[in-house]
Amino acid sequence: MLVLLMRVFDVFAAVEVIEFSSVENENRYKTLVAELRCLVCQNQNIASSNADLAKDLRNQVYQRIRNGETDQEIIAFMVERYGDFVLYKPPLKAKTMLLWLGPFVLLLAGLVVMFFFIRSRSRQVDSEVDAEEMERVRRLLNGSDKQS
Amino acid sequence: MLRYLTPLVIFAVLVAFLAMGLELNPREVPSPLVDRPAPRFSLPLLHDSEKKLGPADLTAKVWVLNVWASWCVSCRAEHPVLNEWNQNGKVLLIGLNYKDESNDALNWLKQLGNPYTYSVIDRDGRIGLDWGVYGVPESFVVDKRGIIRYKHIGPITVEDLKKTLIPLLERLNAESA
Repeated sequence: MLVLLMRVFDVFAAVEVIEFSSVENENRYKTLVAELRCLVCQNQNIASSNADLAKDLRNQVYQRIRNGETDQEIIAFMVERYGDFVLYKPPLKAKTMLLWLGPFVLLLAGLVVMFFFIRSRSRQVDSEVDAEEMERVRRLLNGSDKQS
Repeated sequence: MLRYLTPLVIFAVLVAFLAMGLELNPREVPSPLVDRPAPRFSLPLLHDSEKKLGPADLTAKVWVLNVWASWCVSCRAEHPVLNEWNQNGKVLLIGLNYKDESNDALNWLKQLGNPYTYSVIDRDGRIGLDWGVYGVPESFVVDKRGIIRYKHIGPITVEDLKKTLIPLLERLNAESA
């Protein structure tokens, strides 16, 4: 029962009644709160977080949209205070190069390793069988292997 | 030889990365405000809400902003350390009373002692937001030119004082304004 009750409060906590002057603004709000990361519960965006800070940040986004600020201005406001950490999509710069290019580097490295692996394999197939073995194969095929 | 060495090297690299990962604390988000001017405010004093205080009143002084609240459990752990640190009142320690009830805050100081030179009231957390506060307690060291030089996230321990904060304040106090 208690769990059920807590669930109910959970739902109430996440839904705030806010009104927008236009559908466009509402969509901007929804996109922004989905892209901004909560600093308290670090694996949630501020849209899905119930943390107090996330509520404050949602409120900031809402007020700023109402005041006619652009998305860039709102994001700049957040980054100024909390750093690139608040962005789920970090900007491409020297510090984040590894983050953006790392996967492609790994992919390339994998392809190189695979290439050499396959090449060495196909060489093994070509490897020659010496005369003695060839003789034994012939005997086996003729069904006249009298060894042992 | 190579076939035995390769997995060993990969393993060693993995261990090195994991060890580095263990040393890092994911909860400590580096603040973009370090080495930037302290965000301005002018907030009422906790003990005298008629009077206001802000960074503008503290120019040419080295000061510490400590974000605290009576509802904050870690602050309770930190409080004796702050009391000890500022027992002779030599540190200009400003408390930012974050999202708190003033009565609760005053009671807390009465019960546990008041290490703060002044405490100011940030009732709705708006100033905390400007300072990039995301958890309480947090502390900022501001130099004589009004630049934030250091941010400490989480409760200050005796070790933090000895190793970092006390030497840092000494150094900053020796700088010219």
